[in-house]
Amino acid sequence: MLSISGLHSGYGQIEALHGIDLKVPPGSIVTLIGANGAGKTTLLSTLCGHPRATDGQILFDGMDITHWPTHQIARAGLAHCPEGRRVFPRMTVLENLELGGTPLGAKANADDLEKILDRFPRLRERLTQRAGTLSGGEQQMLAIGRALMSRPRLLLLDEPSLGLAPLIVRQIFELIETINIQEKITIFLVEQNAYHGLKLAHHAHVLVQGRVTLSGSGAELLANPEIRAHYLEGGLTTQT
Amino acid sequence: MSDWRTRGKTSLSAAVLAAILALPILGFQLSETGTGLTVLARLHTVAWVFVAVGLGSFALTSARAIKWPSIALPAQTSDRLGWALAIFALALPFLPFADRSLIDKATLILIYVMLGWGLNVVVGWAGLLDLGYAGFYAIGAYSYALLAQAFDISFWLCLPLAGLFSALFGLALGFPVLRLRGDYLAIVTMGFGEIIRIVLLNWQSLTGGPNGISNIARPTLFGLTFTARALDGGKTFAEALGIPYSANQRIFFLYFLILALALLTNFLALRLRRLPLGRAWEALREDEIACRSLGINPTNIKLSAFAIGAMCAGFAGSFFATRQGFITPESFSFIESAVIVAIVVLGGMGSQVGIVFAAIILVGLPEWFRDLQNYRMLAFGLTLLVVMIFKPSGLVSRRSPTIVLKDPA
Repeated sequence: MLSISGLHSGYGQIEALHGIDLKVPPGSIVTLIGANGAGKTTLLSTLCGHPRATDGQILFDGMDITHWPTHQIARAGLAHCPEGRRVFPRMTVLENLELGGTPLGAKANADDLEKILDRFPRLRERLTQRAGTLSGGEQQMLAIGRALMSRPRLLLLDEPSLGLAPLIVRQIFELIETINIQEKITIFLVEQNAYHGLKLAHHAHVLVQGRVTLSGSGAELLANPEIRAHYLEGGLTTQT
Repeated sequence: MSDWRTRGKTSLSAAVLAAILALPILGFQLSETGTGLTVLARLHTVAWVFVAVGLGSFALTSARAIKWPSIALPAQTSDRLGWALAIFALALPFLPFADRSLIDKATLILIYVMLGWGLNVVVGWAGLLDLGYAGFYAIGAYSYALLAQAFDISFWLCLPLAGLFSALFGLALGFPVLRLRGDYLAIVTMGFGEIIRIVLLNWQSLTGGPNGISNIARPTLFGLTFTARALDGGKTFAEALGIPYSANQRIFFLYFLILALALLTNFLALRLRRLPLGRAWEALREDEIACRSLGINPTNIKLSAFAIGAMCAGFAGSFFATRQGFITPESFSFIESAVIVAIVVLGGMGSQVGIVFAAIILVGLPEWFRDLQNYRMLAFGLTLLVVMIFKPSGLVSRRSPTIVLKDPA
């Protein structure tokens, strides 16, 4: 579905990604873990053309989207749920969701909205409320719901657990898994919360300073002693 | 009460500070006496400033200490208020106290209401701070004046052309400023407004430079003119209806004309806001990155906001030209842009009803207080200050959602 080869990217003179090779097979959940500043967010943003890749190629469903404008990438069926949620704070929940349907244009219909509100009953209760007044978990649900409004084939999730309480984090990851299974949406997940991220991943990669250093199935990486030492020890005790 | 004491202290220090500032600025006067200049001390002025600032500051701090009842309007009241205002505006010329000067003032206010509604699309909704709005107003006015003079076409044909022309200039400004936001955008648009004014001032052969354009054609109603006597074979409005001629007829006609134009602007703007385009404007104001990730093309959205805002200014400009019959670049200076931005901000950034009140306060009041002459600008500044102190987010700051589900499940 998504195939990245030799991708370089960065900000101005500073290169953040030094040649990334990665594949996201259709129907799977692929997780990318890494420490602060490893380049996780940069990778997701580069997939959307902001910042632009300086070298390498991004193939989405066989189309070379490396140089496409951001809004066209979104319209091709690749939804990005950005880091820090980025809902429109002064607009209502309903307006936020409607804006998510923009890539569909006239093809958008009320069924999409109903389906998403069924999946997120909390949002239905708060339709007329301003998005900025929602709790963090609700905002994350709104951000995911908004991304789903465009009927994407690939969903990029940038740290959905950021700043959320452990209980809410578990809910969000359960949701991600059901969306993958029920809607058959491929998911590319970027996480600092390695335990949850790896647990649901079919494939996983570790990003260190702009390079993929380790790849395998989610279970393999979870069991890997090196990963345990770097990303899970200590983290595991608080998560269970 | 210690409360009173602290307020007293604040007021006293404000008064002392004001007096110190006033001493070099207002405290001395140079006057010519026979052979040379003498310096006269005007210490009583400084005393006045001291007393005025002291009392004013005390009144202000006291007023802020009181818990004012909140006058947030619920959604329906705001809507109804809008309708009530529209009906009042329609009925105004038929009310017993409506005389020529009142209607004239109301016409002026309506021009600014229309400009405010146009700029609201750009500033209030799309969040693009445009300080050169008077430039588009000028383009509308000059395109009407020049088209009407050069090709002798009627107001009704010129009006859409002037709007189109302004919209094109809106696009032309939009392109270079696409990547700018906030303060930087404000500076560039301000420059653009000045460029237009200075070009108009210096392009003598086309615009007549500082002399402006005079004898601009007056608007007609289905070919009927509003003059005392008809020109070459035409008919006047009074003749057609078989009523005696009165100069008021033209004033009233102009009033209804701008009212219709303003309401049309309002209707269009409100309609656009409910479309995906309008929602995209607001989303762009909130978060541009999130917009892109949702497949919104910021280029198109920004340009459409600029073009539609400019078009409204173009309409208002051609009305201004036809009303005055005479325009010069003087009428489109930076202060005009500033007043229109002030109306939008004071109205509550995005509220249509708020803009009406703000226009009445900022344009209407100074007209009524013409007798105060030099103190008019002082009153203008004070009004701005008072509103911003007591209603910092504008007169009507409630934002109504663009979409609601009819049957909440």
